[in-house]
Amino acid sequence: MHEFGLAVSMVDLAVEAARKEGAERIEAIHVEIGALAGVVPEALEFAFGGAREGTMAAHARLEVTYLPAIAYCATCQSEFELDNRFGIAVCPRCDTPSADLRQGREMHVSHLEVT
Amino acid sequence: MAGTALTRDVRVSGHGTVETPGARVVQVQKSLMRHNDAVAVANRAAFANCLVLNLVSSPGSGKTALLERTVRDLAGELRMAVVVGDLETDNDAVRIHAAGAPSVQIVTGTVCHLEAEMVARAVDQLDLDGLDVLVIENVGNLVCPASWDLGEDVRVTLLSVTEGEDKPLKYPRIFKDSHAIVINKVDIAQVVGFDRAQALANVHRVTPAAQVFELSARTGEGMAPWRAFLRERLATKRG
Repeated sequence: MHEFGLAVSMVDLAVEAARKEGAERIEAIHVEIGALAGVVPEALEFAFGGAREGTMAAHARLEVTYLPAIAYCATCQSEFELDNRFGIAVCPRCDTPSADLRQGREMHVSHLEVT
Repeated sequence: MAGTALTRDVRVSGHGTVETPGARVVQVQKSLMRHNDAVAVANRAAFANCLVLNLVSSPGSGKTALLERTVRDLAGELRMAVVVGDLETDNDAVRIHAAGAPSVQIVTGTVCHLEAEMVARAVDQLDLDGLDVLVIENVGNLVCPASWDLGEDVRVTLLSVTEGEDKPLKYPRIFKDSHAIVINKVDIAQVVGFDRAQALANVHRVTPAAQVFELSARTGEGMAPWRAFLRERLATKRG
């Protein structure tokens, strides 16, 4: 999708948080990306390589955790993990389509490792 | 009730784990979309008294035609305005204006979607207090606009019968996040061999809660339920 913009936003968030903590260097940026966020891992890593240049994250690792998409079935009153990455949420128990997506759109910086 | 909840904590590295010797952890927990989302929140506050739609579709599905017809049909009843995004030209804004509604063209250049900030700047040129319905006609694209909240109340995805019944399956994210689906050009459905039942089944599979409107912006067929939807959503919003 828009990985370069996201990578820039990621570095901005990290630098802002690290400065506030009085850190000198960012060693790693940990991000969480939902399976339905539309983010391509390779594109994000490539964009990160450019976005970190000239910042205190210039040598930082990027640690990406992908969160599976989870929906809620009102009929079964239980959550299920989507078995596809397309966002089609059909309950595996009762075959009812669900409109209630509980996880999968996330795009956020969770924490940093700094020195 | 014996519902089950799947574990949310699936992090590979573990939360707060320090893998670099001598490093310390700084919690951040902030969204990469925070700037857009903050502007969207401000837009939503500015839109407190009018119903705002974010209308998305692929290029050529008939977004502008639907708006021209809607503006003409509701003239004298609802005060409408349109903000329209395109990569180039102000052709669509001119068409909307000719139909009788104030319109603001956003020329995005190479940007394939609208962002909350572009909308915030565009609505500065409109008298929001004098409006009942504001429609944001997004750039024709079924991929990128899905990720950007503009501050709208209702997201509407339009598809036309010429695009194939499997469009919702190919672009599920945008359909999934829509409150209403409009199927346009039903007047030529037969000519192009449109399988209505299959299309509706696909829409339902991807977005089971969305309301579906089948209409022709060209002939006016099926417009009444669509107009009723706008009235009803506006009434709900104004309480």
